[in-house]
Amino acid sequence: MPSPLLARSALALALVMAADVHAATDADLAEIRAQIRQLKESYEARIEALEQRLQAAEAKSPVAAASATAAVVPTAVPTVASTAVPTAAPHAPSGGIGAFNPAISAVLQGTYANFSQDPNHYAISGFAPSGDIVPAKRGLSIAESELNLSASVDDKFYGNLIFSLTPDNQVSVEEAYGLYTAAPYGIAPKFGRFLSSIGYLNDQHQHAWDFYDAPLVYQAFLGGQYQNNGLQVKWVAPTDVFLELGAEIGSGESFPGNSRNKNGTGNGIVYAHAGDDVDASNSWRAGLSYLQTAARDREYSQLDLAGNDTQLAFTGKSKVAIADFVWKWAPNGNAQERNVKLQGEYFWRRENGDLTYDADGALGLTQSGGYRSDQNGFYVQGVWQFMPAWRVGVRYDWLNPGSVDYGTNGAYFGSTSFNPQRTAVMLDWTPSEFSRFRVQFQQAKLRPDFTDNEIFVQYILTLGAHGAHKF
Amino acid sequence: MKPILQWSCAAALLAVAAPALAALNIFATVPEWGALAEELGGDKVKVYVATNALQDPHHVEAKPSLIARARTADLVVATGAELEIGWLPLVTQQAGNPKIAPGKPGYFEAAAFVTMLEKPARLDRADGDVHPGGNPHIQTDPRNVLRVAAPLTARLVELDPANAAYYQERGKAFAERFGIAIGNWEKLATPLKGAPIVVQHKAFTYLIAWLGMNEVVALEPKPGVDPTTAWLSEVLALLQRQPAKMVIRAAYQSDRASQWIAERAKINAVALPFTVGGTPEAKDLFGLYDDTIARLLKGAK
Repeated sequence: MPSPLLARSALALALVMAADVHAATDADLAEIRAQIRQLKESYEARIEALEQRLQAAEAKSPVAAASATAAVVPTAVPTVASTAVPTAAPHAPSGGIGAFNPAISAVLQGTYANFSQDPNHYAISGFAPSGDIVPAKRGLSIAESELNLSASVDDKFYGNLIFSLTPDNQVSVEEAYGLYTAAPYGIAPKFGRFLSSIGYLNDQHQHAWDFYDAPLVYQAFLGGQYQNNGLQVKWVAPTDVFLELGAEIGSGESFPGNSRNKNGTGNGIVYAHAGDDVDASNSWRAGLSYLQTAARDREYSQLDLAGNDTQLAFTGKSKVAIADFVWKWAPNGNAQERNVKLQGEYFWRRENGDLTYDADGALGLTQSGGYRSDQNGFYVQGVWQFMPAWRVGVRYDWLNPGSVDYGTNGAYFGSTSFNPQRTAVMLDWTPSEFSRFRVQFQQAKLRPDFTDNEIFVQYILTLGAHGAHKF
Repeated sequence: MKPILQWSCAAALLAVAAPALAALNIFATVPEWGALAEELGGDKVKVYVATNALQDPHHVEAKPSLIARARTADLVVATGAELEIGWLPLVTQQAGNPKIAPGKPGYFEAAAFVTMLEKPARLDRADGDVHPGGNPHIQTDPRNVLRVAAPLTARLVELDPANAAYYQERGKAFAERFGIAIGNWEKLATPLKGAPIVVQHKAFTYLIAWLGMNEVVALEPKPGVDPTTAWLSEVLALLQRQPAKMVIRAAYQSDRASQWIAERAKINAVALPFTVGGTPEAKDLFGLYDDTIARLLKGAK
């Protein structure tokens, strides 16, 4: 058994390595757009055909038609329901070209954001920026829209494609993975592009988060969310207490690593998750994760002691460790009325290697020296559903710049002991499991003498195939 | 890395030790199928029930404990008809247990053996929480439990042929006892025939069809949508023209809407066990319907 499995995994990995979806050219984008258009057109045709069939069926069955009409008018005065069994619509699987269509769902999101400080100068003191951490644009905007296609591929594989359409009309592949579903012994291999299962929040999509934006530790240490292109293997122990061990290898392109034009793998990840129910009302999950990756000439700009905005480039190893914990309470496990969710994660990151000062030579002072940083931080949050559909939440973020040793570049940079922190409160309304509206206020002290008061108003609409209720 | 190694060793040891003891591991999504599996499987099966009677079966999360139990399950007994769509597919996938994937002998769907009611003529979430396969609360009619018992026995035999005679014996005995009990319940429930009732959620369609009661209206304007005061006022106006005997709800549901309407329409608010464990009296499948009928008769007075 293990050898064909190994062979398959190796083959899958090889395919993943070969199909590098990252460098999308304009031609690629145009092609993707054309494909989406084709997809849309073919669906519209199918939906039309289905509607016609439905109308034909309704015409034949007066009871079904009557109940359908009653259902359409939401404000209708309640009518006397008959005890007669309504004629059932035929439910044999429909054949034809659309029979094997994947499950499709979409997420629509929009935001109103208000910042007291200019979000274009968003930076976290003492932490090398990853580039993409600005939470939103000022004013009204739509946020990422997401389209999700999933289906069984055959008797051995399951496939899932999630792409996001950004407000500035870019298409990006969020996740595109295959899952080997026939593996025995609690093993679940996944390959392709996926959100890594490190930490607790990382493999949840942003629309499933309890707050508008990612915790500071995710922004500072992982550049938001850690995406992996590679292979993941998880193993669930055959025990009554949930125990899951997992490992991933991948390209290591995501921050804090970067693309390094290198054969082999670019990162390695291991994690362990455990969880259980304490009683009918209380459940928990805890985890430990470790990520090792590397960067070559990872560039960012920073003000030096002389006030020059200089270009820096880091080359070296980056190691991240995460401890996470989630506790959920709902009376007798019925979360519909009231429930509480407490969660916290602690991050630690060590980077060592070389730092090039004035990497672009703008100041004519280019020089390389050793670099070593040891930093950490955490967030804790609690969300309380105090009545059906309504929740309040509070979150606190804290970062420790720790020790940063600039080696021979020490003359240009001082050390900081400033702890960036942020406090957020949110209120959301969830009229059904497919829609949510949220308002969030937060105060961010990310740099000394800098306090940003932020307001977000957000909507999240989910349509199409029923999603999963993740723990 | 070191602690991980230790964990793996501990886990591996447990892996070797644990499964040798148990017979057939059954993962039941809801209490009624857990109770039925126990009736049919006796001491040859070990039943884990994923939810309790006080939980809304539509809204369950893929908790770590569920993934752990699905990992070692030989058989999943689910309702189907998309009742478990929000969590069971995820649990099965994360558990890495191909034995219990839909289509495999280790996956049993009760709804496949029952005539489904209220199949929607159109599928649109504007109509609330609609299930394409029909109303999934099939266990409120005990005849459905009986219909499920035979194929479930056959499945136990298929998965554990060594104990085939044992399962068949128990299956036959259960069908006999339960068949007699159904006859008794129907006799007891004769006064309920034609009784006009209000339901909080459309959770009792099969019960109402079985006993020939008359569902006047539901308190939820659409399945799964909480009633607003405006809607309840309309229901109240309707009840003044079309009086009902009582308003019934499942044990897991909040009593707010029921009490509101019961006080104003001067009718009884009745909480039914809905499944095994929903009331102290509903200890097993027999107790479930004993207590359901008793509460309905009391409410109809």
